Amino acid sequence: MSSTLLIKNGHIIDPANGIDKKADLWIEDGKIIAVGKHSGKADQSIDAAGKIVCPGLIDMHVHLREPGQEWKEDIESGSRAAVAGGVTSMCCMPNTGPHIDHAGIARQIIERASQVGLCSVHPIGAVTKNLDGKELTEMRELARSGCVAFSDDGLPIWHAGVMRKALEYSSSFGYMVIQHAEELTLTEGGCMNEGWISTQLGVTGMPVEGEDSMIARDIMLTRRADARYHVAHISSKRGVQMVRDARAEGLKVTTEAAPHHFALTEEEMLGFNVDAKMSPPLRTEEDRLAVIEGLRDGTIEVIATDHAPHHEDDKRCGLSCAAFGIVGLETMLPVSLDLVRNGVLSLSEMIAKMTSNPARLLQLDSGTLNTGSEADVTIFDPEATWIVDRETLLSKGKNTPWHGKQMTGQVTHTIKAGRIVFENGTIHG
Amino acid sequence: MKSLKHLFGIADLEREQIEYLVNLGDSFIDINRRPLKKAPTLRGKTVINLFFENSTRTRTSFEIAGKRLSADVINISASTSATKKGESLLDTGQTLAAMQPHVLVIRHSLAGTCEFLAQYLDNTAIVNAGDGAHEHPTQILTDLLTLKQAWGSPEGKVITMVGDIAHSRVARSHLLAAKKLGYTMRIVAPRTLLPAEVERYGCEVYHDFDEALPGSDAVYMLRVQTERLTDSCAFPSIREYHEAYGLNSKRLQAAGDDCLVLHPGPMNRGVEIATDVADSVRSHILAQVEHGVAIRMAVLTALCGGQAKERKTGSRKKLPDEAMRAQGTLL
Repeated sequence: MSSTLLIKNGHIIDPANGIDKKADLWIEDGKIIAVGKHSGKADQSIDAAGKIVCPGLIDMHVHLREPGQEWKEDIESGSRAAVAGGVTSMCCMPNTGPHIDHAGIARQIIERASQVGLCSVHPIGAVTKNLDGKELTEMRELARSGCVAFSDDGLPIWHAGVMRKALEYSSSFGYMVIQHAEELTLTEGGCMNEGWISTQLGVTGMPVEGEDSMIARDIMLTRRADARYHVAHISSKRGVQMVRDARAEGLKVTTEAAPHHFALTEEEMLGFNVDAKMSPPLRTEEDRLAVIEGLRDGTIEVIATDHAPHHEDDKRCGLSCAAFGIVGLETMLPVSLDLVRNGVLSLSEMIAKMTSNPARLLQLDSGTLNTGSEADVTIFDPEATWIVDRETLLSKGKNTPWHGKQMTGQVTHTIKAGRIVFENGTIHG
Repeated sequence: MKSLKHLFGIADLEREQIEYLVNLGDSFIDINRRPLKKAPTLRGKTVINLFFENSTRTRTSFEIAGKRLSADVINISASTSATKKGESLLDTGQTLAAMQPHVLVIRHSLAGTCEFLAQYLDNTAIVNAGDGAHEHPTQILTDLLTLKQAWGSPEGKVITMVGDIAHSRVARSHLLAAKKLGYTMRIVAPRTLLPAEVERYGCEVYHDFDEALPGSDAVYMLRVQTERLTDSCAFPSIREYHEAYGLNSKRLQAAGDDCLVLHPGPMNRGVEIATDVADSVRSHILAQVEHGVAIRMAVLTALCGGQAKERKTGSRKKLPDEAMRAQGTLL
């Protein structure tokens, strides 16, 4: 027996198909069957009047901590946080324990995510075994097992020779390398951006050149290898400019920005705020504006959170020894909507950076409302306001710099493969 | 004037509060020189010195300050404490706070330790005895008392500070105090030992010691941590450091006869300071140590409710040189 879900009266935005209009969306047996008119009867309907209906969001940069650090997050809690934030597909980084450096772990993660059944999880395979930067992993095997890209994220691929080989090898079968761009010899011991604020706090800074110099090196290697290179969580003005120039030259260089890097600056660190400590660090207002400009002109095609849940114990130990990273899945959409409210992006452009653009880079089937495709749909009220409360976040990680802050824009429904998995604050597991 | 709940750093103090603490410290110099060095001011109060970094002078100074005011003083050093057994900083802080001390004096190698612990400890006043490269407020108050004795007021004076500014909490606290009290900080170091954008403190920045000396009213030498210097490639050798940035009597001539010499201690003789200067009449280094006790008495008093009124100096007979030094107005 088939079942039909009708989402009516919503404002549908489907960037891949150039749809931006008030229309109904019809879903049958987990697939999208029509946008607009359809002669049929719905078994179930959602009234989306005043709301935006778009493809389920894709977050191509999260840390799910499973296997190995389940006290920080696991695939289930991460999936719950994801759908609460309107995310129906996410890519998890390989710095788990064991690392995603062999096929068994990749398969295990995919299987576990499908058991949870809320959100698709696509692993990012490690570039090097044990993430130690020396020997390449069996990348083809990882790709066959469901990995969608490669990275040693959390750490850079520091060795230039290894990076060159990784770019050449992965590009021979069309995959990209995602780089956590950080020259460790410049950032060692640092816990925030190096500058006036780090000077005042008396803590070791991480100079922006740590990020810039590695991006510069990698772009040169990418040019020679004719490879696909993706800069993770870009945060610096010069970094954005280098990516812009590389793209103008025709290189296959792409990048993503995290909401915190276009919403916040290093000023958040004043008072030794551990919940604003991440790598790359929050930088200056000039850098923040450059990231926004990169988003506006298309240099930065993707918004991704770098969702990095940590246990309280790893944060409650003072700034210098607190773990790097903040959670982001549940705040990605409202923080990004500021870009629309401030006139930087149209709503469709913003949604593309969380749907069709990452899908294209990672060769995923999701991220559109194509007829016949799996019905991953997010419905949100762009005007609804709510207050972030770390205690009610669904992620196990409570490390957010937005605790107590008001957000505008709230996900009301998340639909995964035609099933309503999140509805007005409640998870349907 | 706002009353003090904690003392984290000079950054949190208003000029008025700084002057109050210095003046209160001034009034305590007297007790320390008496044959019977005891006052009942802090009777019934408990002070815990919690030192995660080695320290002789600062810890002793706080201990003596507390004891001379009749407080019960307990010293805990990290090498013998629970932290060696893996107890977290927060648990150590909370455990000690649960024993209901009035004041917790903390030294730690991590910047922001006091601010961090204060979020979790309710009824305990916290004094920063040095946190990483962040602040060292009681040292600066000590220096200001020393300068008050010498000059009356530091306003308009030029203090030339030399050494590893990048890793110095003394430097940061002085740079903040200079702005609040109207004196000029001239900092001298190779660029490897300067923190980013240091000029935004409003200080004068020099790389050549000899250029910075003329016009200096005081030269403040910072301790060089020799391992740090060479391990981090900040400087090629101690020999070259001493040559370029060490203070000796010949070099000091450029500053004029009235120029004072200060050092927060402990000194590395022959590295940042030569013995002929360290032991000269211009050196106020031991006066700094003496005033350190008085300032810590003032800080503990202020944090324990500040009952003791600022007492009049001059209630005793002054030694002639002291009377001369003290004749300036209050800061």
